[in-house]
Amino acid sequence: MLQVENLKVNAILEMDQVKIEANKVTCIIGKSGSGKSTFLRLLNQLTSPDEGNIYFKEQDITELDPIQLRRMITMVPQTPIIFPGTVRDNLLVGQTLSGMDPTTDSQLMQVLNRMFLNKSLDMPADDLSGGEKQRLALARAMLLSAEVFLLDEPSSALDNTTATEVIDAFTAFVKESNKTMVMITHDLQLAERIADATIDMNQYSLSLDRKEYSNE
Amino acid sequence: MSESDAIDLTLWQLLFAYVFIVILWIIVRVKGIPREKLIIISTLRMTVQLILVGYLLMIVFEHPHPIVTIVIVLFMLGFAIYNVFKRANVIINISVKKTVAVAMVLGISISMIYFLFVVLQLDPWYNPQLFIPIGGMIIGNAMTGITLGVNQLLIGMREQKAKVEGALMLGATPKEASHSIINEAFDSAMLPTINSMVGMGIVFLPGMMTGQIIAGASPVSAVKYQIAIMLGVAGTVSITVIIFLHLAYKTFFNHRAQLQETKQND
Repeated sequence: MLQVENLKVNAILEMDQVKIEANKVTCIIGKSGSGKSTFLRLLNQLTSPDEGNIYFKEQDITELDPIQLRRMITMVPQTPIIFPGTVRDNLLVGQTLSGMDPTTDSQLMQVLNRMFLNKSLDMPADDLSGGEKQRLALARAMLLSAEVFLLDEPSSALDNTTATEVIDAFTAFVKESNKTMVMITHDLQLAERIADATIDMNQYSLSLDRKEYSNE
Repeated sequence: MSESDAIDLTLWQLLFAYVFIVILWIIVRVKGIPREKLIIISTLRMTVQLILVGYLLMIVFEHPHPIVTIVIVLFMLGFAIYNVFKRANVIINISVKKTVAVAMVLGISISMIYFLFVVLQLDPWYNPQLFIPIGGMIIGNAMTGITLGVNQLLIGMREQKAKVEGALMLGATPKEASHSIINEAFDSAMLPTINSMVGMGIVFLPGMMTGQIIAGASPVSAVKYQIAIMLGVAGTVSITVIIFLHLAYKTFFNHRAQLQETKQND
């Protein structure tokens, strides 16, 4: 699905060859500052590498329109982005921005329930707690027609039980709809439990080397 | 209006007006507010600049010439652009500076050509007595508007960076991603003009109208000019700011629809 070759971002990461398989769950692990988020941002084309290539379905992503690409490879950042308006507005904004027809309220309620978020669609989204906002952002992603979901520590603001439930539900959604999921996590047990493949960023990190070097 | 209607101040009358500044100067001195020097300098600058411009305009009005008129208006425009760069509260990079210049030149030219040739229908078209002061008002208001627009756009792009990227992640175009910031910048640029239109005639009498009335023009004729000018100003500010915002938001993105300088270390 996704493949990187000789990828380099100066002072952050260097990856010779990494493959992310389609319809699989890939977890990205590694120390803080090892370049995990940068790697996801590269896949989402929010940033470009200094060297190397990224391929999406065998096609160099620099040849693809970045906006169309982000509609196929969507990303949920660690700090959820909440737009002004209600829970409904926030669920629909993704569909509007990616040029899709809006779904009905009952479908919106379905994705909210899947993310264990029992809130009214008319509630101001800003009134949600940090963890609820994270689940709202995940529910919003589920409504998109993306093929690949890039999740940057999507459960960082959730308690352990809720985190397990939410991640399991999202993984189930990915599996049943034949999508691909790439998730950053600090939780090695979680990675072991749900991941079909794991990428350890410590081995590709240039920033960690530099830090260790400067500590000596 | 005839010359005799105008109330000319004698030198003594004018000097009496400086009593205001003397009082202000004494107050800040007694209160220990360290602004004595600033008050003196700004009063002197205002006096010298206005005397010089008065004599310059007198010469220009007595010998009207299209090139002289245009050069003066271009000088005002150049100074206004420079002032936007200086007055903005944020650091403006070179590409935003370019868009400010392009927007000011384009917006003001379009508006002035329409206003002077279609609305006022000057004869001759370069009549400096109208061309220069009206040009000054239009340029001055566009300058204020665009300064506010620049500030709001740059602050919005900095403070709402995460939201802009969040929209990009969902498949938004750069234009969609910066839509709300562009709207906020437009509002903030237009608000002073809109407010002054609302309060005009009730809260205050605008400067040009007051000037004309003092100089002996009939209030009705002064009002007609003032209405035309206000419409021209509102039009110019909006055209200039729209051109600016339309060009400027793009400078925050590269050809891959990425926010510039967004590399981070995790």
